[in-house]
Amino acid sequence: MDGEDDISNPRMEEMCANGIVGVEDAPSSSTSTTERKNRPIISGEQLDIEAYAGLYSGRTKITRLIFIANHCDSTPMQLEALRMAYDEIKKGENTQLFREVVQKIDGRLGPKYSMDAAWCATVERKAEQKKEKLESELNAYRTNLIKESIRMGYNDFGDFYYAHGALGDAFKSYARTRDYCTTSKHIIQMCLSAILVSIEMGQFTHVTSYVSKAEQTPEALDPPTTAKLHCAAGLAHLEAKKYKLAARKFLEVGPELGNSYSEVIAPQDVATYGGLCALASFDRTELKNKVIDNINFRNFLELVPEVRELINDFYSSHYASCLEYLGNLKSNLMLDIHIHDHVETLYDQIRSKALIQYTHPFVSVDMRMMADAFKTSVAGLEKELESLIADNQIQARIDSHNKILYARHADQRNATFQRVLQTGNEFDLDVRAMLLRANLLKHEYNIRASRKI
Amino acid sequence: MEGLVTQIQGLSGTASDVLSLQNLLKQADDSLHAESTRLPLFLDQLDPSKHSLGYLYFLEACTAGPVTQELASSYVLTIARFISSCVTEQIRLAPDKFISVCKRFKDQVLLLEEPLRGVAPMLTAIRKLQSSSEHLTALHPEFLLLCLLSKCYKTALSILEDDIFEVDQPRDLFLFCYYGGMISIGQKQFRKALELLHNVVTAPMSTVNAIAVEAFKKYILVSLIHHGQFPTNLPKYASSVAQRNLKNLCQPYFELASSYSNGKIADLETYVEANKDKFESDNNLGLVKQAVSSMYKRNIQRLTQTYLTLSLQDIANRVQLNSPKEAEMHVLQMIKDGEIYATINQKDGMVRFLEDPEQYKTCEMIERIDSSIQRLMTVSKKLNVMDELMSCDPLYLAKAGRERQRFDFDDFDNVPQRYNI
Repeated sequence: MDGEDDISNPRMEEMCANGIVGVEDAPSSSTSTTERKNRPIISGEQLDIEAYAGLYSGRTKITRLIFIANHCDSTPMQLEALRMAYDEIKKGENTQLFREVVQKIDGRLGPKYSMDAAWCATVERKAEQKKEKLESELNAYRTNLIKESIRMGYNDFGDFYYAHGALGDAFKSYARTRDYCTTSKHIIQMCLSAILVSIEMGQFTHVTSYVSKAEQTPEALDPPTTAKLHCAAGLAHLEAKKYKLAARKFLEVGPELGNSYSEVIAPQDVATYGGLCALASFDRTELKNKVIDNINFRNFLELVPEVRELINDFYSSHYASCLEYLGNLKSNLMLDIHIHDHVETLYDQIRSKALIQYTHPFVSVDMRMMADAFKTSVAGLEKELESLIADNQIQARIDSHNKILYARHADQRNATFQRVLQTGNEFDLDVRAMLLRANLLKHEYNIRASRKI
Repeated sequence: MEGLVTQIQGLSGTASDVLSLQNLLKQADDSLHAESTRLPLFLDQLDPSKHSLGYLYFLEACTAGPVTQELASSYVLTIARFISSCVTEQIRLAPDKFISVCKRFKDQVLLLEEPLRGVAPMLTAIRKLQSSSEHLTALHPEFLLLCLLSKCYKTALSILEDDIFEVDQPRDLFLFCYYGGMISIGQKQFRKALELLHNVVTAPMSTVNAIAVEAFKKYILVSLIHHGQFPTNLPKYASSVAQRNLKNLCQPYFELASSYSNGKIADLETYVEANKDKFESDNNLGLVKQAVSSMYKRNIQRLTQTYLTLSLQDIANRVQLNSPKEAEMHVLQMIKDGEIYATINQKDGMVRFLEDPEQYKTCEMIERIDSSIQRLMTVSKKLNVMDELMSCDPLYLAKAGRERQRFDFDDFDNVPQRYNI
């Protein structure tokens, strides 16, 4: 228990620093309490699931927990995640997810976390009733032809389906409200609902289109909404592997986001996603101007000091510690529902970027020192450099004997001469072949013409 | 018959006499063929260097029948002498006769299994028959065939260096380019070979022919050896027939090319081993082997882009050679052939790759560039002339006019309806 107390103090401080009021419960084995701990959860040590889950709300919390359970190796962690998911689902009405989780738990958490058929039955019965009620209401609205009421009706339907896990139907219902939107505020609401459902479904093309739709109605956009839209657009770009665009979107997210979008993304995620994407895709000046000097984004980075540190390390060319931070973060990033697919690519790109940046200012580089800086062996470094040179990303040549890398400056004059001669030769060949073909065609045509006569 | 001989002797002097003699000979052609057995006697009375036209008709008639081996050897002598001494102006009056005599000559040389004897006379024959060096005669392919069979590749190069533009028979061109490609391959002039084979593959054709198929197989292999890659599609200007069919007919070669592009030497070797029979039956196994070994070269060349120095052991590892010794041999050979610039330090077992020493500053280089420019200018002038000729050609205009009428009525409106702004 002593250990717990030690940890709780810094948590308190951070919480205050972030200006978010949270109620700290006494640590207890029951996890039904949703402690709001804004402790940076992504860190070198093993993921603190409880704190992690605390950052999110709604359906994404459950899906994230299930994702962790599916992807982590240690059984205690798995069970912990499943237990929290179980508790969370019990608070909602999604019987489908409930069955799934119970099946995954498979009785390993004792009788308390077994199949609760009675609960399912009640929820489903209630749902049936509610659905009927909603239907009759909607029908009444439609006969009366009151636009606003119909919109509300569809919206209620969307909420209802969403709560019960029928995402496709929910999306359809939300999309239907579109015809009945009378004010721009309604349009924004519709777009946000559609975006939420699309993200849950993994349909990121919908996300992009609804984001742009929402951005076309600027009069109703308040700062938190703009921030939300930026987050959604960033996620969509991330999924589409457009890391540069994703980074720009995440960097534009305003501080107003706070915890208001916890059903999709936590501010910590904005920092991590944005930071990594920016590292992988920006050049040095862009990194400096848009990330390090960006006061807005600095607030986000404060939430995840590791990412902040690694970006600073990268910029100040302390590659070894930067790569170390990255290595520590990796296992936890692999458990993130959105970025896990992209971790490898992003890491590779960051590493190549670091290598390129390292070699850039020098005429010659001692590969032993470089290998030290990157915490790798000379042979391994040589392989990496070789592939980068082969891709023409580094203009240099390796002196494998003395283990030195020499920059190579292309001789423009010689290259031009070479190209000129080559183009001349190609032209010569082409024209001659063309003349020959033309003659053949003419010959063929003459034969045909003479046959006709 | 005797009368004809005296007329030949009398009418071989001036150009106008020769023309009337040709008419006479044309009328007598059938009777000459009928009495072919008696003709050798009369041949002795004629002098090939003076009475070339008459001699040609007689010779053509008397070689028309089937020939035995003994007869062939005497004919070969006669024809060879005729070819070397005949008068150019006279034989050009009857090119068909001359060509058929020369073709028979080739057949007889082959019958005697001494293709070498035919090479020199055939070259003379070509030079006498062709109106300019741009003219492809029916004898070109025959000559190249003789060169191929007698392995006189060097002699053939003098013919291959001429730019050919005028063609009598497409078949001649196909064969000429195909044989020429093979000869260039034999001389390891892969650029030239590629050009010739390219002409065959992309030539306009209405049906697939065997020459094109065989040429395409060699084209793929030479392309791999020379460029290290083979584009999967033929250029747009190739005939649609070729684009559609050649690929299916050369499947093993396409697979070889795709295996080559993966860059794994072991895979390539297993593929070649598995399909050895197919390549062997096409007589292409040697070329296939050259293609395989070119891959080592290609990989070593790639290393020069990346490395300044590299130990032989590392080269062997990276290029998948068995031993540093083997790598040394490869590098040495490539340095000798001017394919890479490098020095080998045998003491440390290191290879030092150098930059291309050519600085483009010498007089020779300027001259080379200048001659290249001159050449391009003549070629493009020719292209312009051709274009003008084409646009004045009544046949072309008739065809173009017809098509336009069919597709575009607006062009024939004499009153403009509206202006597009």
